[in-house]
Amino acid sequence: MSVDRRRFFTLAGLTALAAELPVLGRARRPEGGREAGPGGSGTRWAMVIDLARCHEHPECTRCIEACNRAHNVPRIPDPRHEIKWVWKEPFEHAFPAQKSPYLPQTLRRRPALLLCNHCDNPPCVRVCPTQATWKREDGVVMMDWHRCIGCRYCMAACPYGSRSFNWVDPRAYLEHPDPSFPTRTKGVVEKCDLCEERLADGSPPACVEACPAGALHFGDLSDPDSEVRRILDGRFAIRRKPGLGTEPQVFYLV
Amino acid sequence: MLEKALTGDRRYWSWVAVLLVVIGVGACCYLRQLQTGLGITGMSRDVSWGFYIAQFTFLVGVAASAVMVVLPYYLHDVKAFGKLTILGELLAISAVTMCLLFIVADLGQPQRMLNIVLHPTPHSILFWDMVVLNGYLILNVVISRATLLARRRDEAPPAWVRPVVWLSILWAISIHTVTAFIYSGLAARPFWLTAILAPRFLASAFSSGPALLILLCLILKRFSRFDPGDEAISKVAVIVTYAMAINVFFILMELFTALYSDIPEHLEHFRYLFAGLEGHSRLVPWMWGSIALAVVALALLVNPVTRRNPRTLALACVAVFASIWIDKGLGMVVTGFVPNPLGEITEYWPTLPEVLISLGVYAIGALMVTGFYRIALAERGEVGRP
Repeated sequence: MSVDRRRFFTLAGLTALAAELPVLGRARRPEGGREAGPGGSGTRWAMVIDLARCHEHPECTRCIEACNRAHNVPRIPDPRHEIKWVWKEPFEHAFPAQKSPYLPQTLRRRPALLLCNHCDNPPCVRVCPTQATWKREDGVVMMDWHRCIGCRYCMAACPYGSRSFNWVDPRAYLEHPDPSFPTRTKGVVEKCDLCEERLADGSPPACVEACPAGALHFGDLSDPDSEVRRILDGRFAIRRKPGLGTEPQVFYLV
Repeated sequence: MLEKALTGDRRYWSWVAVLLVVIGVGACCYLRQLQTGLGITGMSRDVSWGFYIAQFTFLVGVAASAVMVVLPYYLHDVKAFGKLTILGELLAISAVTMCLLFIVADLGQPQRMLNIVLHPTPHSILFWDMVVLNGYLILNVVISRATLLARRRDEAPPAWVRPVVWLSILWAISIHTVTAFIYSGLAARPFWLTAILAPRFLASAFSSGPALLILLCLILKRFSRFDPGDEAISKVAVIVTYAMAINVFFILMELFTALYSDIPEHLEHFRYLFAGLEGHSRLVPWMWGSIALAVVALALLVNPVTRRNPRTLALACVAVFASIWIDKGLGMVVTGFVPNPLGEITEYWPTLPEVLISLGVYAIGALMVTGFYRIALAERGEVGRP
């Protein structure tokens, strides 16, 4: 049988393409189990942050430290490469739409605690090309660090700057990594996971537990008797950039 | 067919050697990036896309622009473009390859890139971009291969090529539209959140791509016996003129909406580009340079005397290409991130390894164009000194 060179290359090319076909046709991996929330069906986790109470302790960073410890968040000195799950930001930056020259002194230049809003309609989930980030039924926006390809489309899509990318190897910046929680590799995106590992055990998120001022409240929005619902029923709360339709599930009492 | 690329004189091989050196340097830098992470680039938590994604966006335009010679030839029977279509298609193959390489260079975990195929996600525009870019690559490989083989046998291309070409015309529009949708659908980034982004991308593509094609033709004319014909060149020049005028018009539309509505979160990005924001003004001289080049280009193109003179036409084409490269390859992507959603400013500038990796990718594209055009010319016996 004679095969000339062109025929050979054509066949080789088609064979390579054919080898990809079963991959293309393969169904999505079963997602069962990923969806089930630990709080039972219908649970909708949310957080209420009382800024006035938080401001009573201006130097306090207990929540941030608890989070960083619990999740092996590295302390990278270069601000360009920082990893942030929970952090403080001036009120005017957190709520640019509320900017006003007559902002009360109790808010002006005072920090607001920021974290992933675990949006009900998360743009990061919409854009992710590999479903490495997805929303659970209980509202937690999750992140699979082993599937993430590091394209950073989610970072461009997040209107809250809540996502960090591992520009360098984070393990080099961890002094005492906690073996009970995974560390990350370079080249993947990460963010607050609302302590889903603690929710599974029935505990509140680490930041909520660590707050000495009782400024952080956590609970189930679908339960009318929950603490968060009772607070929201009685007090006016604002959310970050509500006009974008992302439906943040983190509420701020001002 | 491919062996034709392996024959050439001393000058041909010196050019290939130069490209191989640039590719080698880029490859070494890329290995370093793989080892240490994307931290060796100028990107940051705030400006999380930079030079790579900008080059990808610019080159999608170059790839799509082949349609500007293919469409008139196949749909309107413009015979003058007979010699140009194959060059446009081969340029498209090289440009799409560069696009794909730039995406891979930008990935934090490139070894996982098949996850896009393993977990197909129709609600992600990036998934569709993968589909249209690879589809466009395959279409152009099939078309140009069939065309070149037919030419070797002195036959007309087989009949099935025509419908495939029609598909490729629609496909060319789609690649740049979908690429614009990556940006224009993000509520988080007011700078990109504009319906005119896709039309603007197409207009800038249809001026910068054909401008490059004219330059390549003029180079080929000088170094080989290839002659596309004066009529073909002047027709492409008219296309460049119209597309560039439309592109500038679209930019002015965008500026009007931003300036007149005076909404701070829209306006601030334009202020960063053209005036600087809170003392940060790294892109300002570049953007004014882009405007100056666009004005010079339009002046030379609109005037029929300078448009018909090969020297001034070449100058105009360089100006068009440079103006649009600055706009898309430097300003457009980065400015979406400055200021960030919290109103803070982190500036971006590519680092040396980042630029060398990018140059390496461009050199791969140049090497492909060199080899492909050599084959295309050899099949017609047009290699050798003029």
